[in-house]
Amino acid sequence: MVFPIFGGVHPKDNKWYTENCPVVEFPEPDIVVIPMSQHIGAPCNPLVKKGDRVLMGQKIGDNAGLCVPVHASVSGTVKAVEMRPHSNGTTCLCVVVENDHQQERHPDIQPRTPQQVEALTPQELIDIIREAGIVGMGGAAFPTHVKLSSGLGKVDTVIVNLAECEPFITADDRLCKEKPWDLLEGIRILKKILGLEVAYIGIENNKPEAIKTLKRAISTKKDIRLEILRTKYPQGAEKQLIQAITGRQVPSGGLPAAVGCAVFNGATCKAIYDAVYQGMPLIRRIVTVSGDIVMEPRNLLVPIGTSFNELLEAVGHSENPYKVLSGGPMMGAAQYDLSVPTIKGTNAVTVLGHANRYVVESARCIRCGKCIDACPMHLMPVLMYKALYTGSIEEMNSVHLMDCIECGCCAYTCPAGVPLVLSFRSGKHQIREAAAAAKVKV
Amino acid sequence: MAQHMKYYYELTISCSPHVHSRTTTRTVMRDVILALTPALAGSVYFFGLRALVVTLISVASCVFFEWAWCQLMKQHCKIYDLSAVVTGILLAFVCPVTIPYWMIVVGDFFAIVLVKMLFGGIGKNVVNPALAARAFLFSWPAAMSTWVQVGWENRAGIVSTADAVTAATPMAALHGGDLPEASLLDMFLGNVGGSLGETSAALLLLGFGYLLLRKIITPRIPLAYLGTVAVLALLFPMGNDRLTWMAAQLCGGGLMLGALFMATDYVTSPVTKLGQVIYGIGCGVLTVLIRYFGSYNEGVSYAILVMNFCVVLLDRIGRPKKFGAPKKEAAGR
Repeated sequence: MVFPIFGGVHPKDNKWYTENCPVVEFPEPDIVVIPMSQHIGAPCNPLVKKGDRVLMGQKIGDNAGLCVPVHASVSGTVKAVEMRPHSNGTTCLCVVVENDHQQERHPDIQPRTPQQVEALTPQELIDIIREAGIVGMGGAAFPTHVKLSSGLGKVDTVIVNLAECEPFITADDRLCKEKPWDLLEGIRILKKILGLEVAYIGIENNKPEAIKTLKRAISTKKDIRLEILRTKYPQGAEKQLIQAITGRQVPSGGLPAAVGCAVFNGATCKAIYDAVYQGMPLIRRIVTVSGDIVMEPRNLLVPIGTSFNELLEAVGHSENPYKVLSGGPMMGAAQYDLSVPTIKGTNAVTVLGHANRYVVESARCIRCGKCIDACPMHLMPVLMYKALYTGSIEEMNSVHLMDCIECGCCAYTCPAGVPLVLSFRSGKHQIREAAAAAKVKV
Repeated sequence: MAQHMKYYYELTISCSPHVHSRTTTRTVMRDVILALTPALAGSVYFFGLRALVVTLISVASCVFFEWAWCQLMKQHCKIYDLSAVVTGILLAFVCPVTIPYWMIVVGDFFAIVLVKMLFGGIGKNVVNPALAARAFLFSWPAAMSTWVQVGWENRAGIVSTADAVTAATPMAALHGGDLPEASLLDMFLGNVGGSLGETSAALLLLGFGYLLLRKIITPRIPLAYLGTVAVLALLFPMGNDRLTWMAAQLCGGGLMLGALFMATDYVTSPVTKLGQVIYGIGCGVLTVLIRYFGSYNEGVSYAILVMNFCVVLLDRIGRPKKFGAPKKEAAGR
């Protein structure tokens, strides 16, 4: 049973650039830059120092609390531990490793037989997932082990997100086509941890081949159900996917566990499979490098820490890029420095040409109401925008600014070109600051 | 940081989203202008070339006033969004073809400067500029209610309107409680007297269909508006023939132009779905009340103007319930 989601838009999906490009292993770069913060939560403390030799898959950073470790993606020598630019626009402590191209694996990386995996308890599995440094690989990078342990006993529905509603990105699509068995085994591990009979896969109908492959792989087994969704952005957003598959609405300010759901990205499931069966921590991921000016768009299996520069060089571009995005064009972050490394949450690098230039001088809302029709959260962007100008926190809260998921549907559809998402981000920032200030006072 | 950079490009940084739908204010207005073109062509056919001249003068002066205002006030000039053109056409459409040229220019001044720019320009006006200007122009009631008989031979001259043969519109008969002399088909096609662009329901519907097809407007307001008028006319007919009465009420006067193009004006109509439906119903009820009980034949323009003032309230009523809101809590406040 599939439920409709609120609002949404239909941007050109542009998947044709890369949907038929098999995943190619990216040649190991000479230098990888591994940020200590690739997830939501406390950043890792580096466990190595300049001059140390590290092996592929060796843990090089960890911390207590809400944190997942990071691992070296190549073998080589630590050249520096210093602040470097991060794709979220800030700078972050990074371990810079000079690759010796030996690909020497850390001795702890040992595959497990299916019998061994069968014998593992849920808690042991969660520990393996944590030690492998697995985070949500759809972009938000929430630590997977935290999602699992906080969901134990509360979750009755586990959903695997293969909607991939962002234009250009085909990383999950290719994963379904090429490694359906690994993906399904990863999902079965999740099911086992959470003690559930059935898992649901949400996939949009603009990926017919992937659907066919998955159907064949699932065959007559009843433990994984494929839910085929009508393509619509932002159906792959966590709350929207839950709504599409279960009809439940995650309460405002709440987590999916509040409605008994847990959502995992497809790439995360594959990473879980690799960690449990191969013993391999998360040190590589599939990245779609695409865009309208890219000469040879590709899906690449990239070691974490490879710079965007090298990815761009691998695909080539026909003109100087206008924007380089970490992620897709609807929610991706524009980069100013292409030395930023690929991290666990980087599902795509999108290179846009100057044809995408869209600048509106003194944009004026004409009250067409298209933003209201497009909002998947049933908010009223037109009024939220107005509330921002009052400068009053109370006014901003009264239009539910904090419920905005920044999907960009309103700004995409706005004929007047009002910078809606930008304003909402600044408004949310103001609300958070005001809340923090109030706490300090008390 | 420069030492880490292998290549240097002039990269643009901006907030997501980085792609945009092709619809802009300008394309919206362009589509509205295209949608009004059949009715304008029909008007030239029914009333002669003067209809075109009046419309062109109106458009030119609207654009000029907006441009001049922006120059005078040193504001960013947005005449290229074509919204002033739409106002110009709509104001011409709600005036009789015999209107003196100076008078339409005064109307344009009122619409653009007083109603639109003084309130802050596009998107900020409270009432529909064209309708407000029409209400203002009724300071000259005689000029605003001289209706010429249709037909090329009766047409008003471009320079002088003296030759025009005047006649009553179907609205006069309807106001008196009688069915008009003109056949329903003539009223539907526009072969009757009336304001410059309002007579042809068929051509206005054609333009409306185009706007629906292009997804510029939703049918919520027109359906609620026309539906309300139709139901009220059916319930309270004058004369014996309910259906003919209803059809005459729907095709007569400015109802089609009002419901399809004036009430749906983005700026002065509600943005919420429920608000739009209530707004349409309100317009319909007021129109029928004015037509039945007012001393003036036609009620469309005043009905819409009154409802324009209720938009903020209606949007508050119509607020959608946000995603994940607790079941019992009503949306918003």
